[in-house]
Amino acid sequence: MFDKILIANRGEIACRVIKTARNMGIKTVAIYSDADKNALHVRMADEAVRIGPAPANQSYIVIDKVMEAIRQTGAQAVHPGYGFLSENPKFAERLHAEGVAFIGPPTGAIEAMGDKITSKKLAQEAGVSTVPGYMGLIKDADEAVKISTEIGYPVMIKASAGGGGKGMRVAWNDAEAREGFQSSKNEAASSFGDDRIFIEKFVTQPRHIEIQVLCDGHGNGIYLGERECSIQRRNQKVIEEAPSPFLDPETRKAMGEQAVSLAKAVDYTSAGTVEFIVDGDRNFYFLEMNTRLQVEHPVTELITGIDLVEQMIRIAYGEALQIGQDDVQLNGWAMESRLYAEDPYRNFLPSIGRLSKYRPPLESASDTCVLRNDTGVYEGGEISMFYDPMIAKLCTWAPTRGEAIAHMSDALDGFEIEGIGHNLPFLSAVMDHPRFVSGNITTAFIEEEYPDGFEGATLPDDQLHKIVVASAAMYRLAEIRRSRISGRMGNHERVVGNDWVVQVEGQDFPVTIAGDTAGADVRMGDQDFRVESDWSLGQTLARVKVNGSLLTLKVSKIAGGFRMRNRGADLKVYVRSPRAAALSKYMLEKVPADTSKLLLCPMPGLIVGVDVQIGDEVQEGQTLCTVEAMKMENILRAERKGVVSKINAGAGDNLAVDDIIMEFE
Amino acid sequence: MTDIIQELQDRRTEARLGGGQARIDAQHAKGKLTARERVELLLDEDSFEEFDMFKTHRCTEFGMDASKPAGDGVITGWGTINGRMVYVFSQDFTVFGGSLSQTHSEKICKVMDMAMRNGAPVIGINDSGGARIQEGVDSLAGYAEVFQRNIMASGVVPQISVIMGPCAGGAVYSPAMTDFIFMVKDTSYMFVTGPDVVKTVTNEVVTAEELGGASTHAKKSSVADGAFENDIETLTEVRRLVDFLPLNNREKAPVRPFYDDPARIEQSLDTIIPENANTPYDMKEVILKTVDEGDFYEIQAEHAKNIITGFARIEGQTVGVVANQPMVLAGCLDIDASKKAARFVRFCDAFEIPVLTLVDVPGFLPGTSQEYGGVIKHGAKLLFAYGEATVPKVTVITRKAYGGAYDVMASKHLRGDFNYAWPTAEIAVMGAKGATEIIHRKDLGDADKIAAHTADYEARFANPFVAAERGFIDEVIQPKSTRKRVARAFASLRNKKLENPWKKHDNIPL
Repeated sequence: MFDKILIANRGEIACRVIKTARNMGIKTVAIYSDADKNALHVRMADEAVRIGPAPANQSYIVIDKVMEAIRQTGAQAVHPGYGFLSENPKFAERLHAEGVAFIGPPTGAIEAMGDKITSKKLAQEAGVSTVPGYMGLIKDADEAVKISTEIGYPVMIKASAGGGGKGMRVAWNDAEAREGFQSSKNEAASSFGDDRIFIEKFVTQPRHIEIQVLCDGHGNGIYLGERECSIQRRNQKVIEEAPSPFLDPETRKAMGEQAVSLAKAVDYTSAGTVEFIVDGDRNFYFLEMNTRLQVEHPVTELITGIDLVEQMIRIAYGEALQIGQDDVQLNGWAMESRLYAEDPYRNFLPSIGRLSKYRPPLESASDTCVLRNDTGVYEGGEISMFYDPMIAKLCTWAPTRGEAIAHMSDALDGFEIEGIGHNLPFLSAVMDHPRFVSGNITTAFIEEEYPDGFEGATLPDDQLHKIVVASAAMYRLAEIRRSRISGRMGNHERVVGNDWVVQVEGQDFPVTIAGDTAGADVRMGDQDFRVESDWSLGQTLARVKVNGSLLTLKVSKIAGGFRMRNRGADLKVYVRSPRAAALSKYMLEKVPADTSKLLLCPMPGLIVGVDVQIGDEVQEGQTLCTVEAMKMENILRAERKGVVSKINAGAGDNLAVDDIIMEFE
Repeated sequence: MTDIIQELQDRRTEARLGGGQARIDAQHAKGKLTARERVELLLDEDSFEEFDMFKTHRCTEFGMDASKPAGDGVITGWGTINGRMVYVFSQDFTVFGGSLSQTHSEKICKVMDMAMRNGAPVIGINDSGGARIQEGVDSLAGYAEVFQRNIMASGVVPQISVIMGPCAGGAVYSPAMTDFIFMVKDTSYMFVTGPDVVKTVTNEVVTAEELGGASTHAKKSSVADGAFENDIETLTEVRRLVDFLPLNNREKAPVRPFYDDPARIEQSLDTIIPENANTPYDMKEVILKTVDEGDFYEIQAEHAKNIITGFARIEGQTVGVVANQPMVLAGCLDIDASKKAARFVRFCDAFEIPVLTLVDVPGFLPGTSQEYGGVIKHGAKLLFAYGEATVPKVTVITRKAYGGAYDVMASKHLRGDFNYAWPTAEIAVMGAKGATEIIHRKDLGDADKIAAHTADYEARFANPFVAAERGFIDEVIQPKSTRKRVARAFASLRNKKLENPWKKHDNIPL
């Protein structure tokens, strides 16, 4: 086996690979940019080599720098992770030339699968089901319309070199086909420098389901079941699971066998993923093959018990697969939630900065539940603007899908992240969404279920009631502590009452609390609740048993109560004496300040330019200014017609969220 | 006998109605509670003992003798907050608009005198249209009697003013002399002269809210120490503040049970100082991770944000926290910050509250506006306040401590008891670049040489060790063990005794 491997990546995937390498007794080398000097993968690796400044194009994807790190450390093999150089044939070629093993497929396979048109042709030749469409290059809009009519609407117009949703258009008629062709072509030219376009059938009710394959250099190839990755936001996967709630064994087998035959057709070795789109009638069509380890590989590992990274390393070393197709048993259900530093309340805008708090739930494994958290960050670490904003991949496994979802909900409730905006509340909300729970999902799930964005989950009554009684019992503890302050007037101490009113979401819940050493009996209306917890004052996470069922709350103080976060809801819970509650009805509802006449900075960033001047009349949609954040230029446009009355920021200014950029009359 | 008791009941019922149901309803309609309801929420349930419920005014001018409501527009008495005694007065807007008459002021003076004798805080709830014009000079005399007591009580018992309605003209000066002023957003305002007079005299058009609302005073003028959303939130937070304060200047700050390990290690503080010395970080995170249960009561949160002041607890006991905030103006000291912190430190010293100072200060803010504004004297206030303070003083320098500002921020030389520095501290006369350009002026034309000199200076002086070699820093500590070290330092200072020389009073540069 290799003595030492280098991981040409960063973040959670570098940490993930290091873990397996360490288990196998292989020494590890991390590479890092200046932004990652103190990163977790650097701390975990046996050696670490600096490879340049923060931007990836000056560090992680500069082949020469990686090669130099390999030379310096004498690493015998390189695991590329995903992204960066993982699917760069030049890198694989260069390693080969210098006698260093690439823990991935051969260069030829990467090249063959790297181009959408080539890969589709190869797939057809290998007997893989593909989406009906026109494979050749399309000259002009007229030809595009002709082909579209032949295939039958709706059609998808795609850039050959495309990815991530860029250069893609759906057309439902001739006019849209004409227009879509032109805009895809333009976008492809500017984004990829390659304006080749093809057209295919647009699949309705689509699900994204992919097959994991493993092939060795000895002609063996197997498939490890599928992953359902339909929960996507703008083509970015958010929640994945294995197996798919939709596939039957026949379809699984057919997809798996086709995937393996495609892999074999390109002499594939290592782990790879064949992505399919599956329609409502379980017709499946080949999309593309990813010639690397996927982000979501842990769910496959959890249901198969196979360590994919270990297999990749063994295959790269030249070992033959020790697992046959019949050895692959799918056991139970696994879920993965991707925690991103994206603020769901602000239309998922990236949020960067310091993780002032990062406390994931503890990893654990038993016969009924596995909790796994793949991460590359730590409390006090930094989410940098230079890279992917992923914080962690939280996975749960359980014998059934329902249990895996339940465990995921609990795990998300117990995951503390502060300091930056993140999508955890959104993930929680999806876990509780009836349509997600039913398994009736498509790639349009998020678009359809959250058309106006995410504004926090609304809890079902029974969940809200549990929070109400827990809050009451917790607040009473805080009040009892207050009454134990020094300097009290002897014999005239405050006696903390048992009757309280919990006010939340505009509702009043009168409760009576009978506390004892182990917890409290809380009566609410005609319902009795037993509340028990080891929570102590000041703790930010409370695990409370309400009538025996676990409630995990993120707790922080507000005047007269708590801010409670649970299941994607963010609640202000006031616990008041009956008298205070009665008087609270006189308090005026404060209307939030009108911001419609202001342009607020939507994210922390740098003003690149202001496009208007004081006195300008602007039209709806007109560009007002450009803010650079996460190395992305964000164009801020006028939401309505108006006249600029004041400009508070100019090019070069660094602004925080909600800083006022300009005002309108 | 029963008749007499019944009469008491009837009189009480009448007194409790204040200015009558219609006015109570009007008060409620404005989102305001009545004077009595406020007292009820401020104090522990059923703990209020009222004085002078039946006191009435004695004015006979302008037909005033026709209406003599019991209590005369202010409710006074004492009660407890979490079992600790406080005196309270609460002006009743439903009676003559809460205006201050001679008898009204006598009631206030009575509780203030008792508070002084018995050593308990005074909390005044202000909701008054001002002087009772009909009483003329008697009303003015009444104000002055209250003012004199505010002055005498200052530094003896804590005085808290809660502004829950109008507070204008001479009336503002009583709150102004108390220790803390809290205001309710949208329903309270304070000014010496109102919008009408302002318009007549200066032609300035301004609303009452803009001129003297809660935001104005909490952000701009610093008259208010805090602004809250409504009456209930305000009173809840005043109760919370009282839990931090001693009852009087002869007692130690209160202690209450705590559930936070004094030796808690905060690994994440080891990474809070950014690589680049010019990059800000949030000093509040350091505060929250150092004190008990992350519980911090900030004073003047919205004003002079380049310095943070507030109360917290360590091992259950109150400490005052003063900290430079690198997120705002790089944490430098300016006129506003100096005044804000100086007043806070003096309050702590007056009431035996130990002071924790967290330092990251690049110096004083330069500029004509600062110099013309008298930053010399205002900066000196903070210096003076720290220097005269005899309470336990623990200081932690997290990053920059440059120049005169280093001296000011509770340095060893100002009788700091424990002066700690993180390894990231840079204690120097100024930043490397500036120092190099002065010391090596002859090389100014040679960028390479200057760069080399700067690097040398950084290596030699941009650290805590030069100061530590001289004993100006007692110990260089690990950021992650800040809570533990600070807690132990304060624990060791519980019996600290230090006295300033006798003097009538000092002459702080006001």
